[in-house]
Amino acid sequence: MNRTHANGGEILFEDVYKSFDDKPVLEGLNLRIHPGEVTTILGPSGCGKSVTLKHIIGILRADAGRVTVDGFNMEGISGHDLRELRKRVGVLFQSSALFDSMTVKENVAFGLRMHRRMRESEIQQRVEVCLEEVELSGTEATMPTDLSGGMRKRAALARAIALEPDYVLYDEPTTGLDPHTSTVVGDLILKLQEDLEITSIIVTHDIPLTLRVSDRIALIDEGQVAVNGTPEELDKSLVFKRFVEGGPNGADEHHSGKEHNDGRMGEDV
Amino acid sequence: MYILEHVGATASRFFVLCYRMYGYFVKCLGEFGHLYFYRRQIVEQFYSIGVGSLSLVCLVSAFSGMAVSIQMAYQMETYVPDYMVGSIVVRSVVLELAPILMGLVLAGRVGAGIASELGTMKVSEQVDALTSLGVDPVGYLMMPRFLAGLIMIPVLVVFSCLVSIATAFLLAMVKMGISEFNFIKGMKLDFMPYDVVVGMVKSVVYGGLITFIGSFVGLETEGGAQGVGRAATKAVVISSALILILDYFLTHAMLT
Repeated sequence: MNRTHANGGEILFEDVYKSFDDKPVLEGLNLRIHPGEVTTILGPSGCGKSVTLKHIIGILRADAGRVTVDGFNMEGISGHDLRELRKRVGVLFQSSALFDSMTVKENVAFGLRMHRRMRESEIQQRVEVCLEEVELSGTEATMPTDLSGGMRKRAALARAIALEPDYVLYDEPTTGLDPHTSTVVGDLILKLQEDLEITSIIVTHDIPLTLRVSDRIALIDEGQVAVNGTPEELDKSLVFKRFVEGGPNGADEHHSGKEHNDGRMGEDV
Repeated sequence: MYILEHVGATASRFFVLCYRMYGYFVKCLGEFGHLYFYRRQIVEQFYSIGVGSLSLVCLVSAFSGMAVSIQMAYQMETYVPDYMVGSIVVRSVVLELAPILMGLVLAGRVGAGIASELGTMKVSEQVDALTSLGVDPVGYLMMPRFLAGLIMIPVLVVFSCLVSIATAFLLAMVKMGISEFNFIKGMKLDFMPYDVVVGMVKSVVYGGLITFIGSFVGLETEGGAQGVGRAATKAVVISSALILILDYFLTHAMLT
């Protein structure tokens, strides 16, 4: 194990296969996520974006291939190392996944109470900082059910950053939100990236958000990376253009044409 | 050929399920090494399962005790002396009635509650959120409930015995004219401490079973609200069936 970057090392998917009940989802996925950058994984619904994300925190294990996170091979990782790694990864789930029996404060403080030996006053202070970061100060005593969709996302984001993670994974951060709230969430992602200097991975099919916040974009289709590169590079990609314009199966050309492959890791543009 | 395939597929699913259940059980036992780490959750579950079920246990036990008392008096009024009512009520309550009745009642209250709570957490990604925060769902969710079931359900069975016997005693005195002296005489006459051991062993087994099955089914829930409903039903059905089956084997093993 050798960590390669102050903000967590790179994340590497090498020829990863994953199926559910004989239905293939990932079919030889190759992707490199660079440390300190915002990488967005795009793709049509059901193409395996969230499945890809869940491999990073070991909620799912690959049927074949290799997933490496900061030097840890997720196949052979020990229980202790996996727990330690997870403490360094904050996750914003698609449904927010706030613990509905706890207040916002208890949600944000959850990881701190479980893993840090902190006094109550220190926990309170950290919770306030995190809530301020996501512009949700004053909601400490509120139950998640009393929050709007956008506020729930932000509270979940506060929980995700409470342990000062090296990586933050965003699973569909703007799904179900109105355009204004989506913009607010996009602003937050940029702000967190700037303030915390983390490695961010976003799974979404929100094109405006993708183009606004991403350093790199990987378009997944049929379980493989169809095209991968910076937003400027992808601007030249026919596959990407077709996906953005909502053409029929925008990424299908990947399978027939493989238009821009110049390497194994995510078939960079 | 089709039937064979169907039987084979069902058997294979059953063995996979048993294997997964075994995996959870072993992991859950392993989590007993982290009792201090999960102390808050353990106290919460002791309170929720124990104190939370007390009123239901008292209500059910009070009426079942009275019913048993009436039935015993009715069955035996012509053949056996009055004091035998006390003897038979106590032994049947301690040996069989309280453990199995509480087992079935708590399979509904506790087992279904655990399955639906954990099932909701599973389908709303809260279980994944726990995992992503470096907390093992088996340790955080299953182990405290399992431990609370092992300890608090036997305590509830003791309460059930006391309430059943007390109400049976009162009813025998007030309604059936059996004297206090005769009822207590009967209670003392046939009482054996081993009966309490049998009742306690059964209640520990049922307590562990109800909470383990509820947690397992909950953590394996798939689908939305429908999946949660199915999980709650499944927890009650599996727990109740296993309690009735195990009751026979435990009774056979300890009383023959």
